[in-house]
Amino acid sequence: MLRQLLRRDAAVRRALVSAYVLPEAVRCVQCGLCSYNCPLGIDVRGHAVAGKAVVDDHCLTCGECVARCPRGVLRFESSSLFVPPEGGA
Amino acid sequence: MARQFVLVGNGPASLAAAEAIRLCDAQAEITILGDEPHAFYSRPGLAYYLAGHIPQSQLYSRPDEEYRRIGVRRQTARAVGLQPLEHRVLLQDGRSLSYDSVLLAVGARAVRPKVTGIDLQGVVTLDTLEDARGIVAMARRARRAVVVGGGITALELAEGLAARGVETHYLLRRDRYWSNVLDPDESELVETRLEHEGIRLHHNTNLTEILGRRGRVVGVDLAPGGKIACDIVAVAVGIEPRIELAKAAGLQVRRGIVVDPHLAASADGVFAAGDVAEVLDPDTGEHVLDSLWWLAIEQGKAAGTNMAGARRAYRKGTPFNVTRVGGLTTTILGCVGQPTPDDDLIGIARGDSEAWRRQPDADSVEAGDDSSRLRVLVGRQHILGGVVMGDQRASRPLQDLISNRVDVTAVRDRLLSNREGLFPVIEETWASWKRGGRVL
Repeated sequence: MLRQLLRRDAAVRRALVSAYVLPEAVRCVQCGLCSYNCPLGIDVRGHAVAGKAVVDDHCLTCGECVARCPRGVLRFESSSLFVPPEGGA
Repeated sequence: MARQFVLVGNGPASLAAAEAIRLCDAQAEITILGDEPHAFYSRPGLAYYLAGHIPQSQLYSRPDEEYRRIGVRRQTARAVGLQPLEHRVLLQDGRSLSYDSVLLAVGARAVRPKVTGIDLQGVVTLDTLEDARGIVAMARRARRAVVVGGGITALELAEGLAARGVETHYLLRRDRYWSNVLDPDESELVETRLEHEGIRLHHNTNLTEILGRRGRVVGVDLAPGGKIACDIVAVAVGIEPRIELAKAAGLQVRRGIVVDPHLAASADGVFAAGDVAEVLDPDTGEHVLDSLWWLAIEQGKAAGTNMAGARRAYRKGTPFNVTRVGGLTTTILGCVGQPTPDDDLIGIARGDSEAWRRQPDADSVEAGDDSSRLRVLVGRQHILGGVVMGDQRASRPLQDLISNRVDVTAVRDRLLSNREGLFPVIEETWASWKRGGRVL
């Protein structure tokens, strides 16, 4: 049971580390809830206003901004950039 | 000599216009006039400030450095006159500014209904940051509040006050919330959520008088009977475009400033955009009012481009909003109107569109459970409207399918039969369209 849970958690983490946060500018009303809740203080709103993906070395893809956005502006998009090589870590 | 552009109003339409003008004209002198002593802030964000989710400082989304970066002068000044023949804007402090082109993007203000006691201290509306600050300050001492009105703003006020520990009563003039946009099940879902948040709903109840003592609110009188003692009366019965400046200048105005497909008003060099503008709806050929953030930005962009000299017609996009209604993330798209009148609103509220109230020639298909609802209006060839409450997986697909007028004839029967569930068919249709630009 525990092993199953840990395996699922690891799968989620693997999926998240190979993703980035992608905003959709047309939905953003610039309220700033995303930036306010980012544990690392990334200017998520600035990215959303500009319609740019949050490609920031500090981003943990923790999902706080995605979950808290009241307007569904942000989503995870997978990226080949962060995918570990076959057999790698 | 550099051309002079004056943008009256410091909201999203003006800033978008400024950016568009700058893209076309590197030398232009651009001035934004705002009558609030604040840098640009997120007006929709006021709801989250009111509810205590963010501090005031978080609302400022476009700091003054951004104005400087695009070479825009921001002045705190109230425009009190427009002289279209002389091409001048008159300011309250006695100064005037000449322009080659001027944008009127002054927005809309909350309607204050003519009811006894409306001017008492403690009667509040939610238009500006100062309004929100005032409500937050009052909520610290208030024990009980009464909210009247409809649409999104009434709920933002009710939920904001409740979140600050104020016992909140919400009066509805008929038997359900937002009855000309939401269907009965959607209204019920919202109302249930509000009740869970501790908000007390009073159906079929009219406010007949606001009671005061020594200039302050002490309660409300109700029809068909009864009173509620309270310290705050929050009013959100709709908004009205701020057309005074345009009207006094002799521009063509109806409910808003009437603009042509280039967003030009009826005088040379004058344009209008955002909540104040009555814009042509290409689907009906009628001029409509919207109070939607993204449409204001699009209109500002189009107006700015035309002010700078391009002749580019603006085609109004599908009105949509994604917001929280009763704590549920909700997307409203296109035409979703209901035949039941809504007496809680005069016209539209903020975050609202007249077009939503239109009842399309379409079949309605619904799906949902206790926490989510999905309603899709399926026309002969296209999906014409949709409401997505709670689970938002259908929000983006529907937005694409509706705004791009995707031909759904091939899946129409499957959508209408609803045998496979609504969302899987929408998702499949969307994927098919994304792959090939049409639905197979």
